[in-house]
Amino acid sequence: MLVTERERLRDDIKAWSQTFGTERNALIPILQEVQKKYSNISQYAMQVIADVLDIHPVEVYSVVSFYSFLNDKPKGKYVIRLCQTISCDMQGKDRVARQLENDLGITFGETTPDGKFSLEFANCLGMCDQGPAMLINDQVYTHVTPEKVHDILENIRRTFGVFALETKEGHH
Amino acid sequence: MSNTSAKDDKFSRAPVSQRPMVVPTQEGGIGGQVSVTIDSVDVKVPLGTTILDAARSIGIRIPTLCYHEDLCIAGVCRVCVVEVEGQRTLQAACAYPITAPTKVKTHTRKVRQARRHIIDLLLSNHYGECYTCSRNNNCELQSLAKEYGVDFFRFGHPTEPRFEIDDSSHSVIRDMNKCVLCRRCVRTCIDMQEVGVLEAVYRGADTRICTFQDKPLADVICINCGQCINRCPTGALRANDPTDDVWAAIDDPTKHVIIQTAPSPRAAIGECFGLEPGVPLTFEMNTALKLCGFDRVFDTNFTADLTIIEEGVELLLRLKKALVDKDPSISLPQFTSCSPGWVKYIEHFYPEYLPNLSSAKSPQQMFGAVIKTYYAQMHNIDPKDIVCVALMPCSAKKFECNRPEMTSSGFKDIDYGLTSRELAKMISEAGIDLPKLHKSPFDDPFGTATGSGVIFGATGGVMEAALRSVIEIVTGIRVEEIFEHADIIPVRGFEGVKYAELKIEKVGPVPDLLKGLFTDFNWLLGATLKVGICHGTANAKKVMEDIKAGGKFSQCHFIEFMACPGGCLGGGGQPIPTSPAIREARARAIYAEDSAYTVRKSHENPDIVKIYTEFFKEGPCSHLSHHLLHTHYTPRGKYIAE
Repeated sequence: MLVTERERLRDDIKAWSQTFGTERNALIPILQEVQKKYSNISQYAMQVIADVLDIHPVEVYSVVSFYSFLNDKPKGKYVIRLCQTISCDMQGKDRVARQLENDLGITFGETTPDGKFSLEFANCLGMCDQGPAMLINDQVYTHVTPEKVHDILENIRRTFGVFALETKEGHH
Repeated sequence: MSNTSAKDDKFSRAPVSQRPMVVPTQEGGIGGQVSVTIDSVDVKVPLGTTILDAARSIGIRIPTLCYHEDLCIAGVCRVCVVEVEGQRTLQAACAYPITAPTKVKTHTRKVRQARRHIIDLLLSNHYGECYTCSRNNNCELQSLAKEYGVDFFRFGHPTEPRFEIDDSSHSVIRDMNKCVLCRRCVRTCIDMQEVGVLEAVYRGADTRICTFQDKPLADVICINCGQCINRCPTGALRANDPTDDVWAAIDDPTKHVIIQTAPSPRAAIGECFGLEPGVPLTFEMNTALKLCGFDRVFDTNFTADLTIIEEGVELLLRLKKALVDKDPSISLPQFTSCSPGWVKYIEHFYPEYLPNLSSAKSPQQMFGAVIKTYYAQMHNIDPKDIVCVALMPCSAKKFECNRPEMTSSGFKDIDYGLTSRELAKMISEAGIDLPKLHKSPFDDPFGTATGSGVIFGATGGVMEAALRSVIEIVTGIRVEEIFEHADIIPVRGFEGVKYAELKIEKVGPVPDLLKGLFTDFNWLLGATLKVGICHGTANAKKVMEDIKAGGKFSQCHFIEFMACPGGCLGGGGQPIPTSPAIREARARAIYAEDSAYTVRKSHENPDIVKIYTEFFKEGPCSHLSHHLLHTHYTPRGKYIAE
């Protein structure tokens, strides 16, 4: 990481601590902001946050590791989370999972070499009546079938094809 | 930590739910007594008392694992579950405050079965063979398994280690295969010591205790105090044990092996041999060390006295430069530097205050430097053949003796740091029953020590020793005339942070020892000497923040810092377990030893006078003493590289 980028990160965190305060309870909002802007929470970011909130870096690490929606390592641009709890499992989650793995060429817990997709399991998404459910970034997909998986992925691929911009789009 | 609980502590970062329950007193208008029936025994306890404390007060034993007297309540292990009338489920006795009349049953069938299950579950995740464990026979999990008659692994038992052992640190070794996730180390490190090395990471079945980004302990901000070792119920945390190397040195006929013994281990080592805490075994231990094969047994108190002279004179020099010469570059208050845990703490957390830290080495390191120069010359031994072992109550001393700057004699000042526990192991290995041994004196030429050296082991001790000498050197009045028996009571005791003032109403002539440095002490006449004392790095943090904010302690002249609660007697190398009561017993032993000495002031120690006439001829804080007895520090900061 370049020094200048570190300075930018530090200034950002200081600014967010102005908004959310420097109490312990500002930790998660700040972490969310960092992740939103920098896509992951680096070790350096954790140490700056600890410094600003007057807690220990390992406490920040503990929180980041606890929540699966906070990540300390870079993930793909599109994070696909397939629900693995009982009702989705009974609705055929395994077949969807296999299709996702085949289509993307990676297994769960991995990121595609081009850095576009990460694949992981999630616990209940609250869509038990419409399983199997899947989350891609902030967008929920329900009644997912192996056939639909391909269409969904193709749609996303089209958004970052030759005509697409490199920014996050379409999933808000 | 008896008086420094986290309850009304704005510095505590423990979540409110984890802080000890505050019991409103009668004076506050609320509160009062509540009746509770435990196993058909009726008792009245203050409102808010936990079931565990209430049961203990009437002698009913409830087993615990994650509970520790020094730490805030966690309630995570569930070993202490009891049946509470009216509650559907079993309740954790350590975390259940009694707020209304309650009926409790502590050993019904349901409770016994639940506890057995909990222990079985803990064991199903605990890898390790008891025979090869450093905590064999002193393991809380092992005793629980015995107590509850665990005769087979109901839920299985790991047969392969899951984690690599982290032995990167000179001081602390982490073996997470033996961890039962009680989080005592987490609470010790974060709440009690405010260092924050360990925390629980990940979630559910993946939870484990981890350093920042799972880095090796040597790479994170650890001060090596070893308090986590003292509180670990199993062998997941242990000290880096050099006993094999020490035995090898003893067995090597070409090596002259010297051991120095600090004041705290002798007050505690009896605990490893089944004695009550607070039975000092100073001279029995000397016999045992000789029997083990050490060539010379010296008393660290000698260099504790030397430290007092060097540090005391450094303080006087600083005061003179600040008060008389008005030198703005002089940093006051001066901080003590005997506690290697504290030294590493300030290097990490307050590097901007390193100029305040006394440049004097700790007594351990001074001894090494003196042995490999003065003693080697005196006895015509090649210093490369001398192996210096230090018996310390401390795991941070192991790190300290490996500091690269601690080689001013041309060799490693101290070769091995040994803890009280490790020496107890060596003594047992040699087949010696320590408490039954006869007494032997320390060896010459450092045989005489003073009471001032002994009390280095307790919080406030360094300050008391320094005051005894400084008062006498400056005023010319005998300390006994100011404080009865030279016991400076205001600086004693286990309060987390202490403060004392002393007005200098008379000055005397400059003693011969300091003639080269001062012409008179008239500039100190009428001055008020202000001193501070704190123990445990959480308290050190309070004092440092106060200094930063320009508070009371920024006006002090001299502050004693000790990294461990209670001072060295509560160090990370002391026998396990530890508790406020045990530490108080050890302190009593130390102060009793002090009052038994005839010479109780460092500057009156004849061997100290001798070393300044024979070796450090230019006196304290001179060129040679700076070379051998003083050191420098490394600003480390609290950011670590990726």
